[in-house]
Amino acid sequence: MVGIVGYGSYIPRNRIKVEAIAKQWGTDAESYRKGLFVEEKSVPGPDQDTITMSVEASLRALQRAEIDPINIGAVYVGSESHPYAVKPSGTTVAEAIGATPDVHCADFEFACKAGSEAMFVALQLVKSNSMDYALGIGADTSQGAPGDALEYTASAGAAAFIMGRENLLASCEYTHSFMTDTPDFWRREHQFYPQHGGRFTGEPAYFKHITNCANIVMEKAALKPGDFDFAVFHQPNGKFPQKVGKMLGFRQEQISQGLLCPRIGNTYSGSSPLGLTAILDVAKPGNLILMVSYGSGAGSDGFIWKVTDRIDTVRDRAPKTWDIINGEKVYLDYGLYSKYRRKIIMNE
Amino acid sequence: MSVSKYWREMPQRYRLEAGKCKSCGKIYFPVRLVCKECGSRKFEKISLSREGVLVSHTVIHIAPAQFTDQVPYVVGVVELKEGVRLLAQIADCDEKQLKKGMPIRIEFRKISEEGNAGIINYGYKGVPA
Repeated sequence: MVGIVGYGSYIPRNRIKVEAIAKQWGTDAESYRKGLFVEEKSVPGPDQDTITMSVEASLRALQRAEIDPINIGAVYVGSESHPYAVKPSGTTVAEAIGATPDVHCADFEFACKAGSEAMFVALQLVKSNSMDYALGIGADTSQGAPGDALEYTASAGAAAFIMGRENLLASCEYTHSFMTDTPDFWRREHQFYPQHGGRFTGEPAYFKHITNCANIVMEKAALKPGDFDFAVFHQPNGKFPQKVGKMLGFRQEQISQGLLCPRIGNTYSGSSPLGLTAILDVAKPGNLILMVSYGSGAGSDGFIWKVTDRIDTVRDRAPKTWDIINGEKVYLDYGLYSKYRRKIIMNE
Repeated sequence: MSVSKYWREMPQRYRLEAGKCKSCGKIYFPVRLVCKECGSRKFEKISLSREGVLVSHTVIHIAPAQFTDQVPYVVGVVELKEGVRLLAQIADCDEKQLKKGMPIRIEFRKISEEGNAGIINYGYKGVPA
């Protein structure tokens, strides 16, 4: 059996409220809050990026895993905001956590699905006995074009998972991936902001892929929505994951614990992985968790996790996700937000 | 900072690697070749803890060119659990709330960038715990 031996999360403490963005563009904040079901979003500081957040989340995962990082055989970082166009994030993360030099590093990109992609590959490498431990990370400091609907949700955060075969805190029971070529959201080379297909991102993209992936992985496991204690889906806004949960037959109480978007926005590659960390923070031994990611372009990775007795021993060894979200925050106005997100053109 | 200097200093900048004298136990950060207490050249490599307390701090208003977009920012001396003191930027803080002895956590952060096309320098900063 393979699964998670350690997990960690990281969310910057800066926030901007929907009202602050709406005020800038003369739009109605209430309609965005209701339409997207989002109150505020996390914002990376000028000294935070995908690499720094990945390192912090990974160090927290190591605290829970209690393993020597030198035994980690792979470090995979999934993100659509890798700081370099050419130079891997993975090597910096591996160096910083002490996993170099006998380690395989790779950076993954698949819109918001890059994190679950890294988790999936890490899991399979451990399953195939190629290595004892593999680290899969989902992290992003995502950008939305000024004034675009995405600007109200595109946020920052990271989740890291160390996969192994022994001392699991959650075993992976089943996986399934569902992919098609669906151009619902994209960013061309050298373009700063992504573009999207508006409502096209809904039915033929997000909902189609998540529902198919979830139904097939549950069919493989011969499980029904009612058999699960928790479910977490990708969270481009606060509304979509609740709607897709209802479509699949899940109750609100199965979804609420992992639903982070209304408070921190869409952390892209970190989205459903961060939701999973929030669930593991409270899950009981024996609990079943369905996780389904979604990445535009498009595809979903589905995982069924079963929590083990070890969760009670390790969960308090690192900060819990909802404690981080509810912890000390700094609220930015749009001017400081623009500076931090480099939306202001400066002289060289 | 040159790429080679940054690369050489990664162990201390990334992992807080220090040298502990095998003879007298004195800890040096960064690592030294000779112990100034006992003259030993034998050191054990250790990673310092990422928790400490604030010893002193100041606010930078007139910054070097690489840091002008960050002013005002705080630079402080942090004493880690091992007794080692290091100089670091204190991030995510309101300067008015900083007090001597308050707990500080060390985080991995971006320190500077070599322009828009150069390398990104990563390292440690303190944040209020």
